[in-house]
Amino acid sequence: MFAYLVRRLFLMLVTLFGISVVIFFLLRIVPGNIVDILFAAAGYVDPADKVDLEKQLGIDQPLVMQYLHWIGGLLHGDLGYSYVSEKPALQEILPRIPITARLAGLALLFSASIGIPLGVLSAVKQGTRLDYALRVVSLSGLSLPSFWLGLLILTAAVAMFGEIPIFNPNPRTWLEAFATYAVPAAAVGFRSAALTMRITRSSMLEVLRQDYIRTARAKGASDAAVNYHHALKNAILPVITVIGIEAAFLIGGLIVTETVFNIPGVARFLVEAIRWRDYPIVQNLVMLIAVVVVSANFVVDMLYAVFDPRIRYTD
Amino acid sequence: MRSVWALAATAALSLLAFSTMTLAAEPKQGGILRIYHRDSPANASILEGATYSVNVPFMGVFNNLVIYDQHIAQNSPDTLRPELAESWSWSSDNKKLTFKLRQGVKWHDGKPFTSADVKCTFDLLMGKSQQKLRQNPRKAWYSEVNDVTPNGDFEVSFDLKRPQPSLLAMLASGYTPIYPCHVSPADMRTHPIGTGPYKFVEFKANESIKLTRNPDYWKKGLPYLDGIEYTIIPNRSTAILAFVAGKFDMTFPTHITIPLLKDIKSQAPNAVCVVEPTNVSTNIIVNSSSPPFDNIDIRRAMSLALDRKAFIDILFEGQADIGGTMLPPPQGIWGMPKDKLETIPGYGPDVNANREEAKKLMQKAGYGPDKHLAVKVSTRNLAEYRDPAVILIDQLKSIYIDGELDVVETANWFPKVARKDYMLGLNLTGNSVDDPDQSFYENYSCGSERNYTNYCNKEIEKLFDVQSQEIDINKRKQLVWDIDKKLQEDVARPIIFHARAGTCWQPYVKGITIMSNSSYNGFRYEDVWLDK
Repeated sequence: MFAYLVRRLFLMLVTLFGISVVIFFLLRIVPGNIVDILFAAAGYVDPADKVDLEKQLGIDQPLVMQYLHWIGGLLHGDLGYSYVSEKPALQEILPRIPITARLAGLALLFSASIGIPLGVLSAVKQGTRLDYALRVVSLSGLSLPSFWLGLLILTAAVAMFGEIPIFNPNPRTWLEAFATYAVPAAAVGFRSAALTMRITRSSMLEVLRQDYIRTARAKGASDAAVNYHHALKNAILPVITVIGIEAAFLIGGLIVTETVFNIPGVARFLVEAIRWRDYPIVQNLVMLIAVVVVSANFVVDMLYAVFDPRIRYTD
Repeated sequence: MRSVWALAATAALSLLAFSTMTLAAEPKQGGILRIYHRDSPANASILEGATYSVNVPFMGVFNNLVIYDQHIAQNSPDTLRPELAESWSWSSDNKKLTFKLRQGVKWHDGKPFTSADVKCTFDLLMGKSQQKLRQNPRKAWYSEVNDVTPNGDFEVSFDLKRPQPSLLAMLASGYTPIYPCHVSPADMRTHPIGTGPYKFVEFKANESIKLTRNPDYWKKGLPYLDGIEYTIIPNRSTAILAFVAGKFDMTFPTHITIPLLKDIKSQAPNAVCVVEPTNVSTNIIVNSSSPPFDNIDIRRAMSLALDRKAFIDILFEGQADIGGTMLPPPQGIWGMPKDKLETIPGYGPDVNANREEAKKLMQKAGYGPDKHLAVKVSTRNLAEYRDPAVILIDQLKSIYIDGELDVVETANWFPKVARKDYMLGLNLTGNSVDDPDQSFYENYSCGSERNYTNYCNKEIEKLFDVQSQEIDINKRKQLVWDIDKKLQEDVARPIIFHARAGTCWQPYVKGITIMSNSSYNGFRYEDVWLDK
């Protein structure tokens, strides 16, 4: 097990190194840099001024030197300075992480707490009106883009309550604080919940037809015990995989949701940084996301062993 | 007797109503003005900015030497008011402009304001100081200034190479605040220090900008507000919904399109909304240095094919203006009157007749129903560029020109245009002051960085100088009209329309005036107050 862990950690490092190279060079393939954008916004192009500014920012250096400078800094905990705000990149990124983490966490919680029970219910009540209704809900969840759902929620809130649940940095009550995150988390988590529900349902249906379920019922086990103890435990592995993948994909949904609900999180910040070609911010943020995704995959792999005793990671 | 009582009652009621009105009009101190901001500006330095996204939130931090009256919508030479300068005077040869400066003014960090600060500011702008601005987009405004010389602590003179009455207009722009000598340009980008009614508190990129009342403001009793908070909301739908829900006291100035204005008025019927010209023209840039647009006939045909009213009806529901380079009257000071404008080919009301003439010109150039001219119409990837470009392509079809839309990302737009790597482009040109010097030299003089079309006419350039030196405003207007007419006839950069946009605020917000011929100069907000 220990050797397996070491090997996985080593693979993680290699993956992250590869990602760092890809991010760095892909970013520079994109046409235009921060200087182009600053000058484009001003509507004029003075070659001498441009060269001066490129020199100041260090983007006139050879690419390899720029890469080594970035990675060297990263290893020392120096993420460089934002080209736009001229503040340390770490100072710009750090305060935004908890905001997005809370949102992503709540969205995943929403996804699991809604998707799994409803998926089980749908499977257990297969072919009933409830099953059909739940399947319609899950299909609509997969079909509705989160930005549209977000705007719909905002419009409805304004029309019905005269209030708009956008981000409030200084909530007065705990309810307001909760709403700040819960509503957008629901908007972004609805799709994941729908997917989780569908996967749980199909996985449960497969398990519910197994012999050992029939045996459990024959031995007089209650419906709840059969469904949740015997069936769900064995049906959960694909669901965990999907939730793990969704955690990685969530960042894409969060970009839109953070924009619609005006949440100053990492995802929206990343889009703005890409728009400005703010290399230090983009590189470090994408690396951060890569670390989260790689770690999430690692955690999912470990969870397999926890949920299914048959799985053992050996040397 | 009854009539006497009735008279007395009426008088009493009138008196009561009058006193109530007087009370209601009395400005109240306090409150935070909440405005949403359309995007996150690159930094807080107005001198380095090239978008009103910087001017709007930060103009309140500063003062100018002179400023346009903040409560008269139309900026004009008659509405110039002293600010950090108490007065100004021209020398007899009109080549020296001297300002007497206000005494007792302090920077927000407590240091005194003197003439040295004025010199530092203009040395920075003219590129003469050791410290440099990271960007200096308006350096050309001061090309006729030889030097700025302090005469003691409270007098300063601008020595000009030749008379330039427009200099005052540029000094009054929201783009020309006075910066302190003792703060570096880099610090001004992140923590600006000014002498204005509001002190800078914080700027969180993509989140908010906060200003607080300057208790030591040199205008006693002002500002009325305790502060201004700008919440950055790039998503227009969210921002407007938030305004409707009452989260904001005001929309971002001139941010509301005409179709959206209807939505706001239906959802928030009490909101006060005004529509004004933005002094941003939508125009066609033509690469006349290479075929096929090196042929003046094709350029003229294209100009004749424009149905300007159709653009305005589709995009602005009829609420925009047709004009030349300068913003048309009544809001524009220097625009050609309608009768003169209609004498320019393509500006006449009979679009079909214009297009018949255009077809003849195209046929003369070798194109016709069987041989269409294929062109790429390049434009920036923003809705306000793309939408008119699509209409333009449609209109050009009527004269045998098949356009293909070439959408260019913002970062690449100006470099592409500057390289002349385009055939035909649709461009927007914003004017920060309604003044011919700013517009003519910047966009039409030979070799100017923003003269994207490479239009170069030495005769016209001489006229630019003549109008620029003319002191008599009426004579100057005639010169400007003649120049503008010639520019349109030469198809230097055909102007399609001048846009208008809306601004809304809640009824309790008082003292807001939206400028009608500039989007850059009206955001000092020192006497805005909340009637709550």
